[in-house]
Amino acid sequence: MEATMRQTWAFLFRGYHITRRYIGWVVVFNFYALVTSATVALIGVAAQDYQLTLKLVVGALLWNYLSYLYNEIAMSIAYERWEGTLEYTFMAPVSRAVHLLGVSLFSLLNSVVTSVIVLVGLMLFTDLNLRGVNFFGVLVVLAVSTVAFVGLGLFAAVFPVMSAERGAEATHIFQGSLLLVSGVYYDIDVLPRWMQPLSAISPATYTLSACRKLFGVGNSSSTPELLAGASLSAVTHELLILALMGAIVLPLGLWAFVRIEAWAKKTGKLKRTG
Amino acid sequence: MQQPAIQVRNLRKSFRKRNGFRKKKSELWAIDDVSFEVGQGETYGLLGPNGSGKSSLIRILSTLLIADSGHVNMLGLTLPEQQEEVRRIIGRVSVDAAFYKKLSARENLLYTALLYGQKAHEAERHAMEILEQLGMENAKFSTPLEEMSRGMQQKISIARALMINPPLLLLDEPTTGLDPKSRRDVQLFLENLQRREGTTILLTTHDMAEAERLCVRIGFLAHGKLVAEGTAAQLMRRAGAATLDDAFIKLTGEELVEEEMVLVED
Repeated sequence: MEATMRQTWAFLFRGYHITRRYIGWVVVFNFYALVTSATVALIGVAAQDYQLTLKLVVGALLWNYLSYLYNEIAMSIAYERWEGTLEYTFMAPVSRAVHLLGVSLFSLLNSVVTSVIVLVGLMLFTDLNLRGVNFFGVLVVLAVSTVAFVGLGLFAAVFPVMSAERGAEATHIFQGSLLLVSGVYYDIDVLPRWMQPLSAISPATYTLSACRKLFGVGNSSSTPELLAGASLSAVTHELLILALMGAIVLPLGLWAFVRIEAWAKKTGKLKRTG
Repeated sequence: MQQPAIQVRNLRKSFRKRNGFRKKKSELWAIDDVSFEVGQGETYGLLGPNGSGKSSLIRILSTLLIADSGHVNMLGLTLPEQQEEVRRIIGRVSVDAAFYKKLSARENLLYTALLYGQKAHEAERHAMEILEQLGMENAKFSTPLEEMSRGMQQKISIARALMINPPLLLLDEPTTGLDPKSRRDVQLFLENLQRREGTTILLTTHDMAEAERLCVRIGFLAHGKLVAEGTAAQLMRRAGAATLDDAFIKLTGEELVEEEMVLVED
């Protein structure tokens, strides 16, 4: 158990020191996340519609959190491929579950920090009053949806194992598709009818739907001064679906990663240089 | 009789290669029915030109590549069935010192120690001892790897492999591209390690002098086949050659010169 704790800590230790060495770039990327989110939120401000602004802010905030989490997991594997260290990680007596748990924990910490920065920044760009938001409920929804998104991150991490050169780019295709169908900035019913069923299989759809209710978006009792955030029981349906998705996607993502590792070892695709 | 540390029997590994657009895939045999044994505490050398299958063989023993057929036994553990256990008894140094280049030597080594479930401060002390023996200054310990020479990076790579105290050490061209001083430091360290700890070492190299100096027995590998095996003296006698270089050329029909020239140009 003690050894497993140290192995998990190894990935947090590595992530912390790499972040520290790239701190200038970390600041730039956080600034970029804030700027893109503010650009979207200001559409609502320009329309002088606080409900639209709130809807866009919730969308931008959650998309930042979920996409950052997903992306960080996938990119940590891509980074190991670039450096050629993935072979040494695979050679170490560490189970793939512990390896990916460590990577996911660090990604989760990073995502939380970025989301807080974006939230604080957005408050400077808008005059939204968040009184009445069910923040506890939002945290519960995020905690439950995180499991499903970690699973999706593991799926995405498969691409850099398959290809050191193009794998990282492939993860963005997956990410972009989620953005398209999940109703991040618009209602799902604006999508072409044939595309709408796809939104039902994206965990982001349910995360956004639940969080918008908890923020009081679309609630006729909400006012600019006091939002009418729903109670946790009002989002039970979304929570159940997210929990079910997490229970399916996480083990499936781990399974896919282990399978692709075995494939790479059979075909010699792990070799980067030398 | 003592069990061999490494036992390889009829090992085969092929890779599929596509010949041009829309053309059929062909099979390239990287390892073609190779068998050999390495005794406990022995240093065994595998010599061969680039593409002869040396690295593929080391990668199979390192659990990074799965063979098509054959048997591999390492200190009583079989591959690929017991790869989790095998990972605890092997250390590997490859020709390319793969590290997180932005991180310092200390950070890279501590990461490895934690990955192997070791206590950080004990592992750090052990790594420092190894680096001192390799002739590296303590001050370099905090330097990012990207600011180090290739020789220094390779020494860190050796420290990484040894800090987990592996009974089996797999060295894939550990001195290729090093300057003469670094090369001598590494060779001297390996001699002392073998004498002091009795570590079993499998070494691949292009360097005949290095193989003659470090290895008890040597195997010649060409086109994925083990074409000859024995002590340096036995191989020279068998080929009727005055040097190991000549013995290699006569027994394999290959020359190492071309590969060495490429490395010099690199």
